[in-house]
Amino acid sequence: MKMGRLARIAAGTSLALAAFVAQAYTETSGGYNLPTGVTDLSKEVHSLHMLIFWICVAIGTVVFGLMIYSIVKHRKSKGHKPADFHESTLVEILWTAAPFIILIGMAIPAAGTLIKMEDTRNADMTVKITGYQWKWEYEYLGEGVKYYSTLTAESNAARQHDGNGLLSGAAWAKTFSKAELERLKNVDGGNYLVNVDNELVLPVGKKVRFLITSNDVIHAWWVPEIAVKKDAIPGYVNETWAKINTPGVYRGVCAELCGRDHGFMPIVVRALPEAEYNAWLAKQKGGEPAAAAAPAAAPIEVATAPATTATDAAPAAAPVEVAAAAPAAPAAAKELSKDELMKKGEQVYTANCSACHQPTGKGLPPNFPSLVGSKVVKGAAMDHIKQTLNGKGMMPPFKHLSDLDVAAVVTYQRNSWGNSSGVVQPAAVAAAR
Amino acid sequence: MAHHDHAHDDHAHDEHHGPEKGIMRWIKTTNHKDLGTLYLFFAFTMFFIGGLMSLVIRAELFHPGLQFVDPEFFNQMTTMHALVMIFGGVMPAWVGLANWMVPMMIGCSDLALPRINNWGFWILPFAFTMLLGTLFMEGGAPAGGWTMYPPLVLQTGNAFPFLIFAVHLMGISSITGAINVAVTILNMRAPGMSLLKMPLFVWTWLITAYLLIAVMPVLAGAVTMLLTDKYFLTSFFTASGGGDPVMFQHIFWFFGHPEVYILILPAFGIVSTIIPTFARKALFGYDSMVYAVASIAFLSFIVWAHHMFTVGMPLAGELFFMFATMLIAVPTGVKVFNWVATMWKGSMTFESPMLFALAFVFLFTIGGFSGLMLAITPVDFQYHDTYFVVAHFHYVLVPGAVFAILAGVYYWIPKWTGRMYSEKWGKIHFWLSAIFINITFFPQHFAGLAGMQRRVPDYAVQFVDWNVWSTIGAFGFFLAQFIFIFNMLACCYGWFGRKQGLPDRVWEGAHGLEWTVPSPAPYHTFEVPPVVSDNELTATHDAVDALDKHKLS
Repeated sequence: MKMGRLARIAAGTSLALAAFVAQAYTETSGGYNLPTGVTDLSKEVHSLHMLIFWICVAIGTVVFGLMIYSIVKHRKSKGHKPADFHESTLVEILWTAAPFIILIGMAIPAAGTLIKMEDTRNADMTVKITGYQWKWEYEYLGEGVKYYSTLTAESNAARQHDGNGLLSGAAWAKTFSKAELERLKNVDGGNYLVNVDNELVLPVGKKVRFLITSNDVIHAWWVPEIAVKKDAIPGYVNETWAKINTPGVYRGVCAELCGRDHGFMPIVVRALPEAEYNAWLAKQKGGEPAAAAAPAAAPIEVATAPATTATDAAPAAAPVEVAAAAPAAPAAAKELSKDELMKKGEQVYTANCSACHQPTGKGLPPNFPSLVGSKVVKGAAMDHIKQTLNGKGMMPPFKHLSDLDVAAVVTYQRNSWGNSSGVVQPAAVAAAR
Repeated sequence: MAHHDHAHDDHAHDEHHGPEKGIMRWIKTTNHKDLGTLYLFFAFTMFFIGGLMSLVIRAELFHPGLQFVDPEFFNQMTTMHALVMIFGGVMPAWVGLANWMVPMMIGCSDLALPRINNWGFWILPFAFTMLLGTLFMEGGAPAGGWTMYPPLVLQTGNAFPFLIFAVHLMGISSITGAINVAVTILNMRAPGMSLLKMPLFVWTWLITAYLLIAVMPVLAGAVTMLLTDKYFLTSFFTASGGGDPVMFQHIFWFFGHPEVYILILPAFGIVSTIIPTFARKALFGYDSMVYAVASIAFLSFIVWAHHMFTVGMPLAGELFFMFATMLIAVPTGVKVFNWVATMWKGSMTFESPMLFALAFVFLFTIGGFSGLMLAITPVDFQYHDTYFVVAHFHYVLVPGAVFAILAGVYYWIPKWTGRMYSEKWGKIHFWLSAIFINITFFPQHFAGLAGMQRRVPDYAVQFVDWNVWSTIGAFGFFLAQFIFIFNMLACCYGWFGRKQGLPDRVWEGAHGLEWTVPSPAPYHTFEVPPVVSDNELTATHDAVDALDKHKLS
């Protein structure tokens, strides 16, 4: 090809430069293909994916092969004279019919798999999943077990933006910093952004039906290894299912843009052998109904526990430990010092409030109001507690938090960032409910 | 060929009809060439702004962690990048090329509705000033994605009504452009140019115009319902008021899927024009190319729900939309096969327009393959809203639509300006673009398959490698476009000693009426309709010619 020396130099240099920079800043190797997964259907989906991929490769090889042959051989610089043909009905019919037949070959297995995926009948158990900005709620229907699942405090703290902009040298330095990448690699035991405080615990070998809905905007519940992705839509209850074959920890994410912290509401499914699952469930029922009602320290404990990678088999004890942190004795009646409340309040605030109202309390007006000197924070404590419990407008209710947590977080808000509006005790929260 | 001189005669008195001087020329102009130029300059300005936004996105995603921007601002960037590139970049670029070329290709003096043409263009700067102005408002620009799904979009702050009104204005502009092109093509073809002798670019634009007229009002309706939901207490899409958030998605994608063909069909036309020129061989299967484009346009109306397989449709719906979507591969395949057959046994040379057209065929086909994979509903559950989708639609939009726009500009700029661009720098621009665009988007297939979801400012550490490559590619591609800008401006303004004095037929293998007028094309062309010679068109359709000419006259 008459490419010109300069063009060749430019092309070569750019490739070399790109490779050099990439080589300097790429690191670990993650995957490059769909996971085979751990359900019969996820395996079917994977082989369907590979089938279509190889068909595309085959067609591509023929088409691109002919094209490249033509580009090499049929060029003026080699003295090739143009031929005169320009239409053939037979050829047109052939290359309309051939792809059509190939497509039918793809459509039949695809339809078969799809029909199986949509058959939610005869489930052994049902979990209702509700999306919130920005967390998930899991409810084991008929079991009275229900809790929230949020990004761990450790990941959440590690991902905060320090306020530097695009013109800041510090931000660029941080981008190219190996130490920074190393820091993130060690967050949550190698599960930065894909670890949660309370995992969804499921038994293996059981057909689990998921009912998926949302409390605010549209989310999507996606766990690649069980090949489930379904939108969580307010006003709709979507159905899907999975039957997990292998115990283990399977990580997923919210897949539908749902606002500011869309990237920070991961999903962790822990699949346990049936006996262990039953033990876990019994413990949940025996303690407080909601694991998330545990003191806010719980997520921190989970976060520091060694996390397993997605493909590891699950150490059976781990989830039970998580759950065990939950049923702490109700602390509502106790009077606490301001320091205690402030300390706990900061944890609760980071986990529940800071996404919207920001760690600085300044919020993101006009959608997320500032708490610094706000009317609610400066006004009557009872109104502040009630708004925290019941929500207002876009703000979701936080009834699921314990009296202690609400008291702590209200106290924290009333005494941080220059606010000074007094201490609130758990008893006041109990009275407000 | 006998009619060449005739075309020249039309321009004997050009001097009397020259453009006004100064800025008022551009504000008041109703000339299709002036407006084509305005559209193209506007489009490239928007490509630049949208490109800067993509660099913000890619800088943030180079490594995990939040280094540069708040997640809310990141979402504003992804939303605005899409709106600016689609409505401000690609669509105005196509209207600009249609403005310049459709009258010259069908042998008429101007578009049918010149004042509407002026109005249609001048809406755009206002629409985009308003849209981009939201970046400086309290609460920032829209951040709910260009798809504007409720309820999320209803959380937009002060920017919300500006977003809706900007979309309305873009819609009005597109509809005026589309009506103008359709009316012109159907009524103002030179005698002897029957429909099935029109150049492919004219054909694809005619079909595009119908798609625009059909779907832009649907979008306007959808966003108006959003507006009343937010401010006038209606509940079209609010579940708590008895409305249905999924209905918005159905309405939006009923617009949105034809919209993606609006972005790509004119590209098919350009590639079908350029490949025969540089292969020195007539387009293979002209009729089947026209039927393929028409089939694709028809199918585009019955596949919309493949964008929303995960919303929980009934099984029958999922099956229908899967099968209908797969069918699109048939006419698209026919087009690719016809292009390859056109090259086959040709006598090819590889000037910049041809290089971009060939890259289009390669890379658009890759985007087509990933599109076929995405059509398979059960697997789409895994691909949906991941970087695999991002890779797919960027492959069809950037090395697809944008490469075709670049090819078209390289192909026709000698006709527009009378000056030849630098072939050396054109080739450098091509190779840098082709390499960097693949470095940008190919790794995104892998990131998506490995589990990285779309529209996130931060990601799990395992995806770092693909993102590093992608960011390097994006910065490289952006920088390479400056070569193009300087190369083209040099043609416009005669920089670097570029001299006029090209022949009418700039490319030896080129056919079509635009090559019968002088280079640069005079301000007015074809004030008297040319007599169309078959040899001058695609040089293929000899048999039916006499009959058609008879009918039309």
